[in-house]
Amino acid sequence: MSITIARSLDLKGLSCPLPIVKTAKAMKELTPGQLIEVFATDPGSVPDFKAWAQATGNALVESSREGGVFHFVLKKKEI
Amino acid sequence: MSVSTIEQAPLAQFAEQLAEKKAEQAEKLVIFAWSGELDKVWPTLILATTGAAMGKETTVFFTFWGLFPLVKNDVRITGENWMQKMLSLMNRGGDEHLRLSKMNFAGAGPAMMMHLAKEHVASPDELLQMAKEMGVHLVPCQMTMDLLGLKREDLIDGLDEPAGATKALFEAQGAITLFI
Repeated sequence: MSITIARSLDLKGLSCPLPIVKTAKAMKELTPGQLIEVFATDPGSVPDFKAWAQATGNALVESSREGGVFHFVLKKKEI
Repeated sequence: MSVSTIEQAPLAQFAEQLAEKKAEQAEKLVIFAWSGELDKVWPTLILATTGAAMGKETTVFFTFWGLFPLVKNDVRITGENWMQKMLSLMNRGGDEHLRLSKMNFAGAGPAMMMHLAKEHVASPDELLQMAKEMGVHLVPCQMTMDLLGLKREDLIDGLDEPAGATKALFEAQGAITLFI
């Protein structure tokens, strides 16, 4: 089974609150069930994405790190 | 023994309900923006845009010194009488003219802060634009506008209609409220 990522956001170099604000904006354009991936370098984005997913009901499918870059995959919640 | 089980059952239920309540997020965020300083306006706008990003209906009420950042950057003197005019002279409005609450150094402090922020952090001006785009309600306080001599045309576009304390407290019902 292959996983299709509908949208990819490069938010490297941006600080709070931009990674979340920009992701929230992009998420609005997705349809429920679609995946979005985000690359960020702000270490604060790790707890922020976790909390944001919890608050909004969108699923944080992946939260990983490679070097100084954090990679998040989120799934837009079904209505 | 049986007595304690009976007592425990509602307690456990209560704990469960509490946990559910905690997981249940407040759906509204209301910030009372009283301060007009860069180091307070900034977090106000960061929290407002984040609240909107979290899907909360977000309102910022701008009152007293908090109104001055909403003055258009090219408007210099506001007010009708000499006191109001003097006030605007001493306390220039506009989000490009904010001071720091400490280490202002006649404007050198804010300039350095903006320089540090330039590459990574959104400026108050950018955050204000974002807040508008995200549907954050930016509400100027009518009473302080009258008191300080600020007219609707002195303030930036994209604001909600000026309102009073009742409207502010009405919106604050059941919301997360912050006074900054």
